[in-house]
Amino acid sequence: MTVSTTPATSRAISVEINGDTVEREVPASRLLVHFLRDDLDLTGTHVGCDTGSCGACTVLVDGLAVKSCSILAVQADGASVRTVEGLASDDGELTALQQSFKDCHALQCGYCTPGMLMSATALLERNPHPSEADVKLALQGNICRCTGYWNIIEAVVAVGQGGAA
Amino acid sequence: MLLREVEYARPATIEEAIALLSGYDGARALAGGQTLVNVMKARAAAPDVLVDLADLDELRRIGFSADQSALELGAMVTSTQIGASSEVEVARPVLAEVVSTIADVQVRNRGTIGGNICVNDPTNHLPPLLVALNATMTIRSVAGERIVAAEEFLIGVYTTAVEEGELLTKVSVPTRRPGSGDAMDGVTLGAHGTYLVSAAASVSPGGVRIAIGCVSAAPVRATAMEQRLASGDFSEASVRAAAEGLGASLDPPSDVHASADYRRHLAEVSAVRAVLRAAQRAKG
Ligand SMILES: Cc1cc2nc3c(=O)[nH]c(=O)nc-3n(C[C@H](O)[C@H](O)[C@H](O)COP(=O)(O)OP(=O)(O)OC[C@H]3O[C@@H](n4cnc5c(N)ncnc54)[C@H](O)[C@@H]3O)c2cc1C
Ligand code: FES
Ligand code: FES
Repeated sequence: MTVSTTPATSRAISVEINGDTVEREVPASRLLVHFLRDDLDLTGTHVGCDTGSCGACTVLVDGLAVKSCSILAVQADGASVRTVEGLASDDGELTALQQSFKDCHALQCGYCTPGMLMSATALLERNPHPSEADVKLALQGNICRCTGYWNIIEAVVAVGQGGAA
Repeated sequence: MLLREVEYARPATIEEAIALLSGYDGARALAGGQTLVNVMKARAAAPDVLVDLADLDELRRIGFSADQSALELGAMVTSTQIGASSEVEVARPVLAEVVSTIADVQVRNRGTIGGNICVNDPTNHLPPLLVALNATMTIRSVAGERIVAAEEFLIGVYTTAVEEGELLTKVSVPTRRPGSGDAMDGVTLGAHGTYLVSAAASVSPGGVRIAIGCVSAAPVRATAMEQRLASGDFSEASVRAAAEGLGASLDPPSDVHASADYRRHLAEVSAVRAVLRAAQRAKG
């Protein structure tokens, strides 16, 4: 059997994060969200429930929305990961979605916002002009403790219609 | 939450995966991780070695058996994949319809058919559906391959026919025949939420198969109801009459969401709805 298939308590992983390749040795028990927040200091990704229920920790793994509290960092070996830090450009220009969240007052305390933005980003990549119903389905896994759902839905729909009304 | 120390391996072939599962004490397969990682946090499971199936492309395939009689879903096929598959759409569309109502996008992107049935949580969508569809599961070990019917596969919560050192590789579902139809119904906690009670039905010229979920540790076949419908009369009156006594024959749990009696009632209601819709679809 080759070395890579011998069980070990840690693994050297290579992950593309927001366009940069990151190579690290990580313990097998490290959750992806802790790898992002604690090892890489990418603290935009939040931990809400830590049980796979709230979606605050949502990131994109190979373009798909995933709860980073419910997978191990080693499971992301070889994948491309996008976090909320990867949305705005380096000079701070917001994406159309982020701008729309701002325009529509789609955040109150902001705790759920990174997860909402990542789920909605994945939706808009698949479906650039989502209906209200499409948005509700796509954000089903994201809970907002401030319950500001209407403005969030409005903000995502508005992006597909060319911006906030 | 921090997890207890654990060893990890990512085999490149099914043979290697089986060698790891049978060669190490406390080794366990890791599929999407949606349940396993979360139960490891709660220390409800404490595997010593995780054997990640991620690189086993063969397990991610959707296709047909050599004689085209069965739709074959690899154990690592995700709910999202099933929902978007043209093979599933043609051969057994109810599978796509049902998986698209599991939890949320994120869970469907990671959660696999293999993980769903190996967990065999009584509230999970796929166990009763696969019993109604008369699916079979292929299990591999160093000793070779064996095929188990869904009803024998699903033993109890977190308990299946997969023994230590074995790997579920494939789920085979008979392709839909002319004159047949399938449906799943039930009552959930909120839209796309957890089932309180579920019922899956498959109507075909050969008869009807009905499986009830959430009422026992594994799906329960509604055999008396199936027999009463053998005449092929799927009028509403006939289906309602056939469901009488189903609830009384069950011994469901009581919890904060529903009493045992309420679940008995829901079982009859859900079974009637599922059978009526399946029969409607069988007419084409
Ligand atoms: C918040 C949330 C809500 C959910 N709600 C629902 C719901 O309403 N209905 C529903 O149906 N599902 C629900 N699920 C379950 C989900 O759909 C997945 O099916 C489930 O989490 C397991 O799939 P997985 O691929 O992640 O498996 P894992 O978590 O990786 O594995 C689960 C178990 O199966 C074993 N296993 C996996 N694959 C194999 C294999 N090939 N051979 C042998 N053993 C194997 C593992 O060893 C482990 O013990 C929910 C999950 C979450 C997180
Ligand atoms: S913190 Fe991951 S789903 Fe809540
Ligand atoms: S804005 Fe506060 S949790 Fe959503």
